[in-house]
Order: sequence, then C-alpha cells, then structure tokens
Amino acid sequence: MDLQELTKLLKTQLAHLLLTIHEAKDLVIDPDLTKPLDRVAGVTFLREHGVDKIFKLESGQKSLPGCENRIYLVRPRLVTMKYIADQINCEIGKGERRNYKIVLVPRKLYICESILESEGVMGHISIDEFPLDLLPLDTDLLSFELPEFFTSFYMDHDTTWLHTVASSLVNLQRLFGKIPNIYCIGRGSKIVYDLMQAMCETQNEHKDAKHHIGQLFIIDRDVDYVSPLCTPMTYEALLDETFNIDCSIVNFETDVTHEAKASKLLLTSQDEIYSQIRDCHFAHIFSYLSGKAKELQGLHDKKNNLKSVGDMKQYVANELRILKHQQKLLGIHIGACEVIMKTKKSQDFDEFIKAEQSLLEGTEIKENMSYIEECIHKQFSLVQTLRLLCLLSLTQEGLNPRDYKAFKTGFLHSHGFEHLVTFFNLKKLGILTEQETAPNSISRKSNYKFYNRKFNLVPKQSADLDLKNPKDISYIFSGAYTPLPCKLVEQILTRETLIGLEDVGKCCGGLHSDLKVKQRAFGPGGYSTGQVITDPSLKVVLVYFLGGCTYSEIAALRFLAKTLEIRIIVATTAIITGNSFLEQLIEKPTR
Amino acid sequence: MATADWNPLGEVYYRKCDFYTMEWAGVVDISKHIVAVSTYGGPIALMKDESKTGRVVTNLKPVIGIYTAAGKVQSQIRWNSGNVVTIGWSSTEELLCIQEDGVVLVYDMFLTFQRTFGMGQEAKDVKILSAKIFPTVQGSGIAVMTTSFRIFLISNVDSPRIVRLAEVPGLNEAPSCWAIVVTDRQVRALVAKGEELFLVDQGGQYQQQQPDLDENSGPITLMAVSFNSKYMALFTQQGFIWIGTADLQKKYCEFNTKSTKLPDQLVWCGNGAVVGLWDKLLLVIGPDKDWIRYNMDTPVHLVQEEDGLRIIGNETHEFLQKVPTMTEDIFKIGSLKPGAILYEASKEFQNGNQKADEYIRMIKEKLDEAVNQCILAAGHEIEPSKQRMLLRAASFGKCFLTDYRPEAFVNMCQMLRVLNQVRHHTVAIPLTYTQLEHLSMPVLIDRLVLRKLFGLAVKICQYLKVPDNEGRSRIMAHWASFKVQQREDEEKLARAISQKLLDVPGVSFSEIAGVALKQGKKQLAIKLLDYEARASEQVPLLLEIGQDQAALTKAIDSGDTDLVYTVLLHLKDKQQNPGDFFMMIRSMPIALSLYIQYCRQQNLKIVEDLYYQEDNSSDEGNCKVTRSYLLDHVEERVKLLEDAMNCFHRCKNDFASKQTDEQIRLLRHQRKLEDETGHTYADLSLQKTLYKLTIDGNHQYVEKLRKEFKVPDRRFWIMKIYALAEVQEWGEMEKLSKTKKAPVGIEMFIDACMKERNVGEARKYLPRVPPELKVKCLIRLRMFREAAEAALENKSEDDFEYVLSRLGLADRQVAEQIRGMRGQFGARK
Repeated sequence: MDLQELTKLLKTQLAHLLLTIHEAKDLVIDPDLTKPLDRVAGVTFLREHGVDKIFKLESGQKSLPGCENRIYLVRPRLVTMKYIADQINCEIGKGERRNYKIVLVPRKLYICESILESEGVMGHISIDEFPLDLLPLDTDLLSFELPEFFTSFYMDHDTTWLHTVASSLVNLQRLFGKIPNIYCIGRGSKIVYDLMQAMCETQNEHKDAKHHIGQLFIIDRDVDYVSPLCTPMTYEALLDETFNIDCSIVNFETDVTHEAKASKLLLTSQDEIYSQIRDCHFAHIFSYLSGKAKELQGLHDKKNNLKSVGDMKQYVANELRILKHQQKLLGIHIGACEVIMKTKKSQDFDEFIKAEQSLLEGTEIKENMSYIEECIHKQFSLVQTLRLLCLLSLTQEGLNPRDYKAFKTGFLHSHGFEHLVTFFNLKKLGILTEQETAPNSISRKSNYKFYNRKFNLVPKQSADLDLKNPKDISYIFSGAYTPLPCKLVEQILTRETLIGLEDVGKCCGGLHSDLKVKQRAFGPGGYSTGQVITDPSLKVVLVYFLGGCTYSEIAALRFLAKTLEIRIIVATTAIITGNSFLEQLIEKPTR
Repeated sequence: MATADWNPLGEVYYRKCDFYTMEWAGVVDISKHIVAVSTYGGPIALMKDESKTGRVVTNLKPVIGIYTAAGKVQSQIRWNSGNVVTIGWSSTEELLCIQEDGVVLVYDMFLTFQRTFGMGQEAKDVKILSAKIFPTVQGSGIAVMTTSFRIFLISNVDSPRIVRLAEVPGLNEAPSCWAIVVTDRQVRALVAKGEELFLVDQGGQYQQQQPDLDENSGPITLMAVSFNSKYMALFTQQGFIWIGTADLQKKYCEFNTKSTKLPDQLVWCGNGAVVGLWDKLLLVIGPDKDWIRYNMDTPVHLVQEEDGLRIIGNETHEFLQKVPTMTEDIFKIGSLKPGAILYEASKEFQNGNQKADEYIRMIKEKLDEAVNQCILAAGHEIEPSKQRMLLRAASFGKCFLTDYRPEAFVNMCQMLRVLNQVRHHTVAIPLTYTQLEHLSMPVLIDRLVLRKLFGLAVKICQYLKVPDNEGRSRIMAHWASFKVQQREDEEKLARAISQKLLDVPGVSFSEIAGVALKQGKKQLAIKLLDYEARASEQVPLLLEIGQDQAALTKAIDSGDTDLVYTVLLHLKDKQQNPGDFFMMIRSMPIALSLYIQYCRQQNLKIVEDLYYQEDNSSDEGNCKVTRSYLLDHVEERVKLLEDAMNCFHRCKNDFASKQTDEQIRLLRHQRKLEDETGHTYADLSLQKTLYKLTIDGNHQYVEKLRKEFKVPDRRFWIMKIYALAEVQEWGEMEKLSKTKKAPVGIEMFIDACMKERNVGEARKYLPRVPPELKVKCLIRLRMFREAAEAALENKSEDDFEYVLSRLGLADRQVAEQIRGMRGQFGARK
C-alpha cells in the first residue's frame, strides 16, 4: 500500500482540470495552496499542461496581466470570492476579454457561487472543484492543510469541513479498500463516521473485498488540548516550532545555512539523515550528527586508499555525489540545531520549561502562578504566556474566579483590551476556564486529573528515563507528559475493545466503535492446533486527527508503531504547533 | 439450397430475404403516402400524400401515422399545423416535420410533441421549396432550400444553429436537384443547375464540379449519397446513372438505363451498389456496370441501410444485401474454404455419416479458421434455423480444438439471442449483426426504452450482465418517469413506483420527482422525493416545490452544510420580512449558527442583531468589541463599546463590563494625550501606555493613570524599571531601587540593565542581591566563575549543577575551570 497512489490520483485530476482549457492559460493561486500544489505537481507539470504565467492571489490587486484564459485555484472563502469578482469586474470594465475559470479546493460551495452571482460575474466564469483533500506528505503522513478546521468546527460549530473530512475518508477507502474496524473518539468524529456511512450508502460501492487499512481511529482535538500546548522536545517538532514546516517543506534562512542564500528543504523519510533524527529527543541530536559527520569523513577519506583508476572512476561517479549531498544536508541540520539551541539555552526558557513541567505534575501551583503573573507584567511573549496560562487552567481544571479575574485583568492591561475576545474564545472552547458553580455554563471541563489518574499520563520521574533509547511515549516531552490521543490509541489497540473505557467516553464526548473483523478469529472448523489467523491489514492503522495534531504527537505515534510492530498512518486536518494553535484564537484587530 | 435466392452481380452475389409480413396489408397503400423510415431498423412514418391520391383536395390537414417496421400502427394524429414539406427521422428516432415556413416540429415515436425550432427568418418569409435530413457526426442535420434558392442548414437538431451556404451563381430557377454531402465534419451542398454542378460550403465559397459525364447525358435530375457518405450516384435526364466517389473525382462507371423517366427513388444498397426504382421495377447496378432486375408485387419504398437496403411494400418488408463474404465462403457451390468443409462435415456428422471424419481431416490445419468462419456466418443469417446450423457446425469443429478460446462463440450466441428477440415482429427492430455492431448495445437498449419496452430492455441487460447503474437502474428510472406521466391516482403511482424501485440501486428518485413536477403532480413529487437518499438531489427540488421547512430539515440531516446554505440563502431571498426568516431558523441551532457564520464574513452588524434577537448578550457584546476596532473615530468606538458594555451588563458579566468601561476611559485618555502631546497612543494597552508615558517623561500623567486604573504596585514597578532602563535613566532607576518596601526584588533591576546590555550598571546592584538569588544573577551577568564560587559558598549542589547546565554560553577556558571546581565539592563535603 503506497500513499503515493493518492498523489498520482490528484495529479490526474489536476491534469484533467487544466486540460479543460486547451489553449495556454494563466494560473492564479491562493497563497494557502501554493505549497500543497507544489507537493502534488511541480511547475514543470503545470507548464506541460499549458500553464503560462503563475500568479499569487493577493488582496487589493485590481487586475492582472496575462493571456486570454485564466484559472483561479482557491479555497472557497467569501473574501476570496469578492477579490476575484472585483478583479474580473475591473478587467471587464477596462474592456479586457478573458475566459475565467474558478476552481475551488477542495469543493464547490453554494455560498461562493451565490456571492459570485450577486457580484454579477456569473456570466463570465465557469466554476469547478478540485478535491485536494488529504495530501500525502510522507510515507506515513496525510494532511488536509486546512488549519481553519479547528476554529470553524469547535468554536463556530460549522460542520462544513466535517463533510469534507468524511468524503476524504470515503475517497481513501475507494483507493485502499473499505476499512473494517473504526473507532471514534469525541463528538466530531462520530459525526464524521455517520456521514461516511451515509455517503457509502448512496454511492455505488465496489465490492472489492481487499482492504489495505484494517483500523481507523478518528480523534477530536478537543479531547486533549494539553499536548499541543506542551513545549516540544523532538527534533521535527522543534523545527516546526522554530522555522515553521509547511507541507514538509522548511525554509532555512542564512543563519542556518551559513551561506549567502536561504535554502528550501524537503523533510521526508527519503532524507536518510533526517529520518534517523526527526523523532529523536533533542538532547541526543548533536551526538548523532557528530557521529554521522565522522562517518562521512571516513567515507570521504576512502579516496586516499583507492587503488586503480577504475575504482576512482566508480568513486567519483557514485559515492562522491551522494557524499556531497549528505554532507550538505548534515551541514544544514547542524545549522538548524545551533539556532534551536540558542533559544533553548536561554535562562528564560529554562524557567519556562520548569514551570510547564511542574504544572503537568500539578505541583508548585503557587510558584507557577506568580511566575505566570510576572510573565504578564514583564510583557513576555504574549503567546508563550498564554500557553502557560492555558496549561495552568487545563491541568487545574479551571482557575478559581478570583485568580481568573486577576490574570485576565493583568493580561488585558498588559497586552490590550482586544484580548477580552481572546479570553472569551478560550473559555468557549474550555481551554482557559473559570471554576464555576453554575451547572449550565458554556465552558467544558478538561478532565485532566481523571485522564491522568486513569492512564498515568505523567510518569513518575525516575532515573531510568532514557531519552536516547526511549521506552515510554512520554520521552517526546522529556518524560513530562504522554499525549492523551496516543495513549488512547495504544490502549484500544492492545485491549482490542472499548470495554473498560466507558468512563473515558463520558469525558471525551463519546467513544464509538464499529468492528467488522475480529482481531483474533479462529479458522473455520477450529483446527486442533488452534492456529491464530490474523488479517494482516489489521496491522495497518490510520489515525485521523480532527482539528490538527503536532509533530510531537506524530513522533509519539511513530514510537507506538515501532513498539507494537504495526504500521500507523497519521492523517490530520492540519499540522499545528502550540503557537499556531493559539494564534488562531487570539483576537487580532484588523483595520 | 442456401444459394437459391442469390443473384450474381459481377463477382459478388446479392440476396433478398424477408423480414416481416406487414400488419398493414390491405389497409395501407404506401404509394399514396409520403414515407419516412428511420435507419437501423427504425419505425416508419406515413403521411397521406394528397397529390398522389388523385382525389379532389378537400382537407389540407393530412394524417400522420407511425408504424413499426412490421407495419403495426403505433399512433396517429391529424396534422393541424402548417403545410409539411418533408418528414424524416433524427438519429435518436425523433420525427422531424419540416413545414413550408421552415418551422421544424419534433415529435417522439408516439407522436408526443417535444419541441420546435425554425430555420431562420428568410425561410419563414419566402417559404421553402424542399428540405433534406442528413446524418452528421453530432447526430442529424436539416437543410432547406428557400424559394429564393438559398440553402440554410443546421448540423445538429439538438442544438440548432443556422448556417447559410454560399449561393450558386446565376441560379434563378429551382435547381433540377440538390443533395447534402458530409465530408470530414464539413457539411456542403451539391446543387445541379442544368448540366452544371456546384458545391457550396459554409464559408461562402462555391466550386463548380466537373464529373466525368457523357456529353449526351443531359442535366442531372437525381442524386444519391451512399450511407457512409463516401460514394455518389447521379441520374441524368437522358437516363444515365453515373457512379463514383462523393467528391466526384473518381468515376466507377456510367450506366445507360435507356429510360428517360425519372426513377421514383435512387438509393444505395449498402455501399456497393446503386438501386433505382421505377414503379414496381427494381434495378440494382454494380460499380462495373453489372446489373440485376427485380420485379416487385406491390409498390415499395426503399430505405438505405449500412449493409443493405430495406424494401417496404404493402404486404412485405424485405431486405436486399450483398451476400457477406463469410456466408459466400461457406455456401457458394463448390467452395473449398475451411468453413464450407466444416459445415459439410457437421451436416454429415448429424446424419451419422463417416464422411464427417474425412472432411475434418481435410481441414485439420485450418480448423480454428473454419470455426471462426462458421460463427461469423451465423451472425449474418436472419433465419434462426440457419443460425443454428452454422453454430452447430462451429461447435462441432470446436470439439477438435484443444486450446480454442470460447469467447467468440459465446458472444455470438448471446448477440444472436438478442437480435432474434428484437427482430421478433412484436418488437420489430430488423437489425442485422453488422448494424448492431455499429449501433452498439447501449444504443439498442436506449431504443427499446424509447419504444417503452422496459421489460425486454431489463431482461436483455440482465442476460448480458450489464452493470446495474448502466442497465437495470437506468431503465427502471425511465420506466418510472414514464409511469408518473400516466393518468392514475397519485397515491397509487407513488406506491407502484417505490415498490419496483426501492431494491434497484442507484435510481434517482429526485429525477423522477422532477418529471412528476413537470406534469404538475406536486403531491406525487413530494412523495417520491421522500425516497431519495441523496440529499443533494432532494433539497433543491423540495425548494422548488416550496417545501421550505422540509428542505431545511433534510439539508440539516444530511450534514452537508453546503445544502443548508443553499436553503438558507434561498429562504432569505424569498422572505420579505427578515423577522419571519429568523423565526424560521431560530429553532434549528445548526442552521442558525451557519447563518451567523455567513453573516460574520459579510457584515458583522447583522450578526449583532441576530445575537440580540436571540438574547445572546455575551456573544453580542464580543461582536461589538471586535467591530469597535474596525472604526476610525474614537467617539464612534466609544459609542460602540458603550453598547457592548450594556450587553455585558445584561448578561451579568460584570467583569467584562468593567473592563469595557476601563477601555473606554483609556481610549479617552489616549485621545487627550494625543491632542496634548502629538504622540500616538491609540491602541496601546494600559501597560504600554504607561511605559510610553514614562519614556516620554510624563510622570505626572503616569501617576494619574496609575491611580485611576488601580495598577498594582508590582506591575507598576516592573513597568517603570524597564522603561527607565530603556531611556538610560540610570540615576532615576537607582533612586527607585532604594525606595523602602520595594514590591520587586533587586534582581529585576539587574535584568533590566542586562536587557539594555549595560553590565556596569547591573554590577552596581550585585551586592544587594540576597544570597539565594546570587547564583542566578551572576549567570545573568555572565559571570560564570563567580557564580560557581557563589554556589560553592552556598554549599548548594543544585545551584552548582545549574551553573554547569548554563555553561554552553561561557567561553571554553572558564568552562574548563568551573568543571575543575566540581571536585572541590566532594572535598568540602
């Protein structure tokens, strides 16, 4: 089973879309979609299919130059539709005649059409859709690249994207067979499951019994807000937080490359060095990298021992090139580590981590509260401060009203009144709450203490915490916390049932399972040997996060796959970091 | 003898066989009618030709009747529109009636009116002389010649677009004849003006054609284009028939009929021979001047087919065709082709004659070829008994082959079963195997559906194992659409349809409901829609019927918000009163929250109104706060914030209302400050305002704000220390540090100095640092050695470890020294 099949499919669909216009055409791309499009098909591919110029859609562009045919490739947002309508109207006003085609990604929405209609451009355009939903980023990673899923569903209760998630799963099943065992954790996941069933019913199913994926977990982000807020400790997660990985592509500035120009790097398991270190704890990256450097040096030195001209030729033709490439990559990774190191070695960071860890343990509450207070007073980074404050509330299952008001007042005075809305958002989501006596309050409880007790999410600090050869998932946060979603996946996979987890269901908004294949079925006739016949597909597990997941959680699931000797594929609506997660909720006044 | 009805025409043979005995025998005389027959075994349309009856014309409105190929009447109507010039069939078996004013009326096979279109203003104004219906790549085309001798044409009756052809120079009387020639997607007309021939095209060009004609032939009076549009036959006044290619470049022969009488029909039999019809005399002429003559019993009408000619008479329906090569190979007397011998062998075998073995041995090497020949020859036979004989021979030969693939045999058996079924006189589609191959099975199924033979169509699909969505489901949907048009009780209809269709996968109930709606059967449509599983199909129709509430519920149930929006926006446009609209959606939380999302992106003010109506003051307040940042003037903002404050007040959120109140006051202060100082303060937080004021040295105002907003001491101090550090007011800072009961530790001062990178100032505070914080502060000052020493002094191992962990930033020498000091720890202990 190869996820690249999905890319191939997307490529064909894209080619088909582009070829609906035979002549040369220009492409105007939503900035959000440039990277995903890049991963599906490069510029050469677009050129081959008749794309002439490529523009980025920006607000305020009155008109664009270019040829007679133009395709807009955009997300179905109302603002975007207005920009496009303005552009078209402006160009028509100037007397320019063009064929316009608006391709909405991942699906056509009626509201978009209605806006275009009311702007009076319907007569000049054609509308189409490009179902770019789950984009394969790596051999075990699929992403929707749709960060707004989180706010749209959890905050605004807009179920639009749940529908798209369900259809992405149906599409996936069309390619890789119907997934027999499904677990839903949380309320959104149940809706997705129901939608999936409804879609399968109305579509003609292929009775292809062969399924490649045996189990599916759909997990709601609101089940666990703690893990995205924890400071990451594995290399990949740190890279994301420091440099922002976008569609597995990261831009390194000159401070990393130590060269004159910035460099773009694709981070996938194809990069051998990277695949070795991506999920390592940061403390051990340097030792690995220096070992690798020595190894490469050794290979490099081999050239001194080459005997014949033939050997030399061989060496230059093959090994040298690979060596050069590896050396370059190694240099970049070392550079990146140095930059991360610089921030992580500062005194502030040290205190920050200390506070975070003791918050997770639930100790030294008073000290931590005054530390947070000081962060507010000193106007320390807004989002970092808010992270700690949210962690405090989540781990304490809400702040007492007096503290809550004090923090809020301080925060508003320090960072501005607009954060009244930020706090409102956080309260609505149950991330930063007040302990209330009223039963019908809008906020939800985090249930941190319950989960912690049940699953021992914060392991007892012990001396045998081995970060180099970890034995527990919690290594991804230096042993401070085990991400709840990963723990639940582990528990359910090893238990093979939801029995005994009823209390969890009550806390997380619902736990459901639909099991079509029993894990350990005995063969017909019950052979005396009692041979266990296991469906091999059950060893392939898809974990789908609604509302995004972090690279730390991905690392945790990779670790889990390794220990359970199974294959885990992670799908998510977006890959997030603690900061990007909170940024969405922070009110930013726009003028 | 199999060859009894064969007639040689040069090297090849022609045969004539019977399709049907006509049911209209004794009732209809086709010589008194205008006849139009659809190709590929299609139906026959008859229109009484008053000019042929010889009676006094009393009633100009003739009767048009549709008959099956077996002469069974399907339907009849009395024409009550304008004068019909020509009738004919489109490729989708629709009857096209072309009136003299150029209006084309389209009917289906049951003479139900479908649609109409015209052939342009000129045709309407001056009337048309004649019209031709011709096959094109897209379907069927129509060309008309007006009384002004101009030709207008459309290439596809499904999307009529009128094109005018070039004019023939000097044409001022009706041409002796004209025809449409389709080559490479281009449609042109060939017009005979006396002895001259012109080819006119759509680009306004004309070309005079010079076919190689006998000089005595006289004007061309009749033309015939072959079925595949590749060949042409011309008849001249002097009785010559010219046969050649359609581009007139190549002549095959010129045949002198010695008849100056214009034939009733000049047509092609397949693509290999031209047939002329004079009354009851049929003359078949081959490309090498060979000819066969047939005398018919009754007047007949000839219909060109792909591989032959249908001869429709008053009593019989016959088929004239060139004997297919396979058939000829097998049945020709004295043929030694493997197929012929296998056929003989099979016959002998059935008679129990040992000769069978002898024959098989003769063709041992070519047995597979022989089997294939027999299979194909079976396909070309009309008579089931002959088919059987040939198939039996094939099957017999197959026994001797070990690795023969059976598909060809099985497929042929299946095709023949289907063909025999549709040829049966109750169905009456006389298709040959060659025609079916060209027409394709799906089209044949469609044609059965057109004839409303749903049952047969379904059976054929099931027999051929056609996937349900292409076969059964599609046919059943057609059946249902037909059914809803019947005049029956709607309740009964709904039940009948749902019963039949519920277990058929993939049937679109909404499509059927759409048909019902067109028939004005609203209740039936609603009932049918209830069965529709796909909400995306169901909802738009429900809206169309006006079932708004049902549409909204179904849309919400589907979980597809796009549908919900479809309904919401539709309702919003429909409802005059926004209040009514709101009342409708407020009971549905999903609809409401979606509508709010929509408005949020469009206009925040509407969202506030919605929240207000819903008594959701807290959301309303927040909305107002957000919107306040979009406004430019302070007073406008204050006004909006006051509204927000009221909202918070209403929902008893005293905290938020107090905060808002403070913000209003802050805004006013900032405004005042801006007026007084000219510096910008707008949009700064309280802390930042204080900071900026301190930097600007406006300590008086700082104190004022501090008091008014009750800024806690500690926060105020921190603000002040860092602000002073930034403007390098070291003296002020030191003074501040000496204040009694300082709410902050001395380390804050060091931190502030270090932030401005002033080590000298920072050091001043060092002596006053309490011992337990000494290590930390020394590290902040990057005095690692001193820090390590202090840790030693404090005898704190933790502190020492802390120093060690921070060494990354120290220079190497110092780091080494400190690591060395580690030993001292153990020693002192």
